[in-house]
Amino acid sequence: MATATVASQNTAVHEHQDSHDHEHHDNFITKYLFTTDHKMIAKQFLVTGMFWALIGGFLSTLFRLQLGFPDMNLEFLRPLLGGWIDEAGKLDPTFYLALVTMHGTIMVFFVLTAGLSGTFSNFLIPLQIGARDMASGFMNMLSYWFFFVSGVIMFISLFLKTGPAAGGWVVYPPLSALEQAIPGSGMGMTLWLIAMVFFIASSLLGGINYITTVINLRTKGMSFSRLPLTIWAFFLTAVIGILSFPVLFAAALLLVFDRSFGTSFYLSDIYVAGEALPNTGGSPVLYQHLFWFLGHPEVYIVLLPALGITSEVIATNSRKPIFGYKAMIISMLGITILSFIVWAHHMFVSGMNPFLGSIFMFLTLIIAVPSAVKVFNYLTTLWKGNLIFTPGMLFSIGLVSFFISGGLTGIFLGNSAIDIQLHDTYFVVAHFHLVMGSASFFGMMAGVYHWFPKMFGRMMDAKLGYIHFWFTFVGVYMIFFPMHYIGIAGFPRRYYSWTNFEFTNSYTDLNMFVSIAAIITFAAQAIFLFNFFYSMYRGRKATLNPWNSNTLEWTTPLHPGHGNWPGEIPTVYRWPYDYSKPGAAEDFIPQHIPLSQTPESNLPHEQELVKVELEIMREEADLVANESKH
Amino acid sequence: MYGFLIAVGALLLLSVVWMVYRIQTLVSVVKGSDKKIATGSNKVNAFLFLVFLVGSGALMFWYSVKEFDNYQMPVASEHGVITDELFWITMAVTGIVFLITHILLFVFPYKYQYKEGRKAAFYPENHKLEIIWTAVPGVVMAGLVISGWMAWSDITAPAPEKAHVVEIMGYQFAWDVRYPGKDNVLGDYDYRLINASNSHGIDFTDKNSIDDFPSPRVVIPKGEPVLFKIRARDVLHSVFAPHMRLKMDAVPGMPTRFWFVPTKTTEEMRAELKNPEFEYEIACTEICGRGHFSMKKVIEVVEPAAYQKWLSEQKTFIQQNPSLAEGLKSETKELAGIN
Repeated sequence: MATATVASQNTAVHEHQDSHDHEHHDNFITKYLFTTDHKMIAKQFLVTGMFWALIGGFLSTLFRLQLGFPDMNLEFLRPLLGGWIDEAGKLDPTFYLALVTMHGTIMVFFVLTAGLSGTFSNFLIPLQIGARDMASGFMNMLSYWFFFVSGVIMFISLFLKTGPAAGGWVVYPPLSALEQAIPGSGMGMTLWLIAMVFFIASSLLGGINYITTVINLRTKGMSFSRLPLTIWAFFLTAVIGILSFPVLFAAALLLVFDRSFGTSFYLSDIYVAGEALPNTGGSPVLYQHLFWFLGHPEVYIVLLPALGITSEVIATNSRKPIFGYKAMIISMLGITILSFIVWAHHMFVSGMNPFLGSIFMFLTLIIAVPSAVKVFNYLTTLWKGNLIFTPGMLFSIGLVSFFISGGLTGIFLGNSAIDIQLHDTYFVVAHFHLVMGSASFFGMMAGVYHWFPKMFGRMMDAKLGYIHFWFTFVGVYMIFFPMHYIGIAGFPRRYYSWTNFEFTNSYTDLNMFVSIAAIITFAAQAIFLFNFFYSMYRGRKATLNPWNSNTLEWTTPLHPGHGNWPGEIPTVYRWPYDYSKPGAAEDFIPQHIPLSQTPESNLPHEQELVKVELEIMREEADLVANESKH
Repeated sequence: MYGFLIAVGALLLLSVVWMVYRIQTLVSVVKGSDKKIATGSNKVNAFLFLVFLVGSGALMFWYSVKEFDNYQMPVASEHGVITDELFWITMAVTGIVFLITHILLFVFPYKYQYKEGRKAAFYPENHKLEIIWTAVPGVVMAGLVISGWMAWSDITAPAPEKAHVVEIMGYQFAWDVRYPGKDNVLGDYDYRLINASNSHGIDFTDKNSIDDFPSPRVVIPKGEPVLFKIRARDVLHSVFAPHMRLKMDAVPGMPTRFWFVPTKTTEEMRAELKNPEFEYEIACTEICGRGHFSMKKVIEVVEPAAYQKWLSEQKTFIQQNPSLAEGLKSETKELAGIN
């Protein structure tokens, strides 16, 4: 029933598209700038995301210099940082806070949300579900350009005389509301808020599009139970985004009111810079609740797409079906729902009622279960596979490793009694950089290496990919693993220097080691950049299906035009994970191959479906024949 | 000159790398290895996973053992012993999972690396397995949560009535300490009363505030419950006393609290650590501005008798600065011991 209606919709879209293609000639502006082609928009998101990743990474090398080499003369940075280097050649402590703030904001929102979801949801949803484009190409274009504007505003804020926002990426008021408390809370914070408003709009426009497209534009036969796990992940990510980003908008709006219009949502009883402010009755804890109502789901907005990509890449390169397809979907659904009811575990020692802490501890530790299931399923997928280590596969295995390492430390932090000591120490920094930062980054890298042939019709150099992987994989562990020790030793986050306290007046060697590892790892990304841009023009020409993969995107031409398939969109007859099926000649059977063509490998219940399938195909043929008569 | 030489060197290095890269690419084209499904690199990568497993595992064990005394901070409060125990139980449980999953994750790539002619197992699902590895983590997590919850409930329960009260107020960028005096009740405060001579904003018309006194350091008795009443004057701060395993945000407009029982005097800890300079410290763990990294306060834990003696020696705010009592009723002044 449902497939029939989808089919007729598709033929309609298809015919319209055909006539459209003939008369339309793209010029530079409509092809590369204001494009409505989801593939080009995806590339726009990717390149912009890479730009921001470089900025965000570079900022981290600056503050790692300060942390690892506190006595170093940073005079050589003066041409870049100007007055932020004081006369003694030291980094300004306020600017240090601005650096960590902007590093966090850029990485979480611009790189791992827009750069990851924006790229791969846009690129893969239409291609893998068999659609010509997004439900609304125009909204999709707006989504990118809102993101672009947001980026421009944030970028400008980096160059303000008073510096960009400096209250931490969570921008807790009152610090973020009071210019008297820190100069970054002046114009820098205003621009931060404006940029975030554009960003939220961008993310909502994108999310609505992803959801609509997945629900409405699946090709014939592409039921939800045949969707690749990538699509499930992008779909659920978009659902989370749509439900949580508006709350961040509300939080930001109230902060704007407090900053500019004299309201007291978050401010109360404040005496700052020799003056008692008139605000009373507000609560800084209210902001924290609102912020983390987005902030925690945001973790999964960042992580789920990476897990989706990993599922696809691991299954393809293990030459094995993903183990527990349904369990993976149920886990993701579980994570989606639970992600909304765990936010206050970021606030165990914020002063909120301890009873609330108990509730959130229970809810938080439940979310560990679906995550554990996903890990076990990845491991079982590798078991008895025939593993091909493409760079994408290496990065996917790396992701699983980070997901385990960082996920396990979450069990400490989710336990409010243990969190008392660990909260806001380097243990937290280690935890989220592994489980959210590095895991998602590796998912993004896996995606780029895996789908580069589809994006640009050429292959990236595999050997450079291997070198890039090993540098980055070892590098990430060298950066973040030592931070666990530093955190257990009680070192607090966002500290400019450790020498004021006896309990932190140690581990200078380890901090130096971390800094060196960070700088080398950052430098190693140049290998990737070279590989990416060089291969784009000079890489080896790709074959149509270089990884022998099952999903629909590999049935398109090498350089798919706007509309993706020149002829009719292929129909889907099976799930996407028929790898190494017993009886089959090859070790993969793409989704568009009918069961009736593979009697030798069909399972008993599939053999029964063959009859139904043939009947549908006959009806379909009649329908097409009738239509062509008119 | 040096800059120029470095630039030339870098350029040469880059061109060498470039040549190597080009030659490598051409060789792989000649050999036809770029058309193969899996090249020799597949074996290398599979092997490197094993090397990584063994190498990084050994490094982790070596460092964790060698540095144990350095990162394991001595504990000096009753509840801290319990939370430390929870920490190490969790470490044991997660450590086992960490090791097993990582051994599998890195051994599988080696064991099941691509071999021509071999076919992977078609093994899409196994409900029994799924149920097992949903239920087992569920049960383990339940155990961890319940023990954590019991500890948390005890720690956050209301303080015993006889607890010694100390007020800690955070501001940019230091902590101010106020004691309630003989009545063990802190006087009222109002942030609008803050001025140069009254940094706490104490309301001296409240009788309870008359015997309140300030202190440059936090002095507390060993073995008796102590209640920190925590507040902030300007932005968020967070009181972090690492040896006490104590952390609580200081929030403007919303007083918070944390009570605990210190178990070792400063002297005892100095002897234990063989460090005559040792001090218990309070640091700030909520970003609060430029001086966030320098908000230090020393806690001095003393024997109860020494504590009582110390208390009796302290001068109240009003005794230290009689002008604070200006405008007060004469009977209040009498109570304050000035006329």
